[in-house]
Amino acid sequence: MIYLKLIWAYLKIGLFGFGGGYAMLALIEREIVGPGWITEQMFTDIVAISQMTPGPIGINSATYIGYVAPGESSQLFSSPLFGILGSIVCTLVVVLPSFFLTTYTSHFITRHKDSAIVKGVFTGLRPVVVGLIASAALLLMNSANFGSVSSDVIASIIICVVAFCVVFFTKIHPILVIVLAGIAGYFIF
Amino acid sequence: MNNIFFNLFITFFKIGAFTFGGGWAMISIIEKEIVDKHHWLEKDEFLDQLAVAQSLPGILAVNISVAVGDRLRGMRGSMCAALGTILPSFMIILAIAIFLTPDLIKNNEILSKVFKGIRPAVVALIVAPVITSAKAAKIGWKTVSIPIAVALLIWSKLPIVSNPILYIVLGGIGGYLWYRRQLKRTRELQRKEVGDDIS
Repeated sequence: MIYLKLIWAYLKIGLFGFGGGYAMLALIEREIVGPGWITEQMFTDIVAISQMTPGPIGINSATYIGYVAPGESSQLFSSPLFGILGSIVCTLVVVLPSFFLTTYTSHFITRHKDSAIVKGVFTGLRPVVVGLIASAALLLMNSANFGSVSSDVIASIIICVVAFCVVFFTKIHPILVIVLAGIAGYFIF
Repeated sequence: MNNIFFNLFITFFKIGAFTFGGGWAMISIIEKEIVDKHHWLEKDEFLDQLAVAQSLPGILAVNISVAVGDRLRGMRGSMCAALGTILPSFMIILAIAIFLTPDLIKNNEILSKVFKGIRPAVVALIVAPVITSAKAAKIGWKTVSIPIAVALLIWSKLPIVSNPILYIVLGGIGGYLWYRRQLKRTRELQRKEVGDDIS
């Protein structure tokens, strides 16, 4: 039964997908492309779509694969309704583990907020989290985001610097910055 | 509407609908909404929730929304927040899966130009919280080596040392040991002072 298999696969992805987003992609590929539910080509397309549409990549892939997989597995499930059911199931299942883990951990920490262990652990974690965010920024400064032709790279760097200054020094909302960067991109490139 | 559940849902719906590039790019927007606008959390509380969300498996944005919602209004709060984060991408992807084929977007010239502009801005949105979170974590000249080393080692993509989980574990253990030493030292200091008073 394709739905049970999908549930099992996304439960695993939700439970072992450490590091969020792009770190999860390798796991998703192994669980979804491995059994042959979708082709390698389709998987690449899903990644491309996820980059172009808002929202977490884990959710995007769950919704898309949940819609496509039932129809691919058997003629019986070719109606779009089975696809919609699949996408609802996959999306809920991929969220479920983090829902319970986060709630439980958050309660535990609130309860023991003043204990030496929790205080100490968080003192040590804070600088690490700063480093993690910095590493995400460094990893994204690549040719996929800044282009590979030198004129593109220069324009991208200018957009990046201007966007940074606007976000950091003014009170303009980051969402507006994204919209404006999109408009700028249309006229520049 | 002043209902907190509705507010949580709408706020995270907005966050989910406008974040390209996954969890890390969301941090700027989440911080703006949660800390600056609604004052639901203090900046250092937000950083602690971020540490929790990051050290657990699962989708970072969902973890953050569950942690914030739970912090404010328990189980029902976290459900509203998580639903808000999930719904925009769920609806958009479902619509794409039903109506559009992937090639149609990839070959659209206007869309690809717009996204060429958005991508570098997304990187800028991740650089900004590096600095604000460094301030909130009270990073000084002594501790600045920790985030720099962590960032560079993860960036290196070398096996084992580029795994973020490693640094979360090390940071937690190191923080605990450091805190215990500090506690012991203050106690010894107090004992000494008491001893001085008696003599």
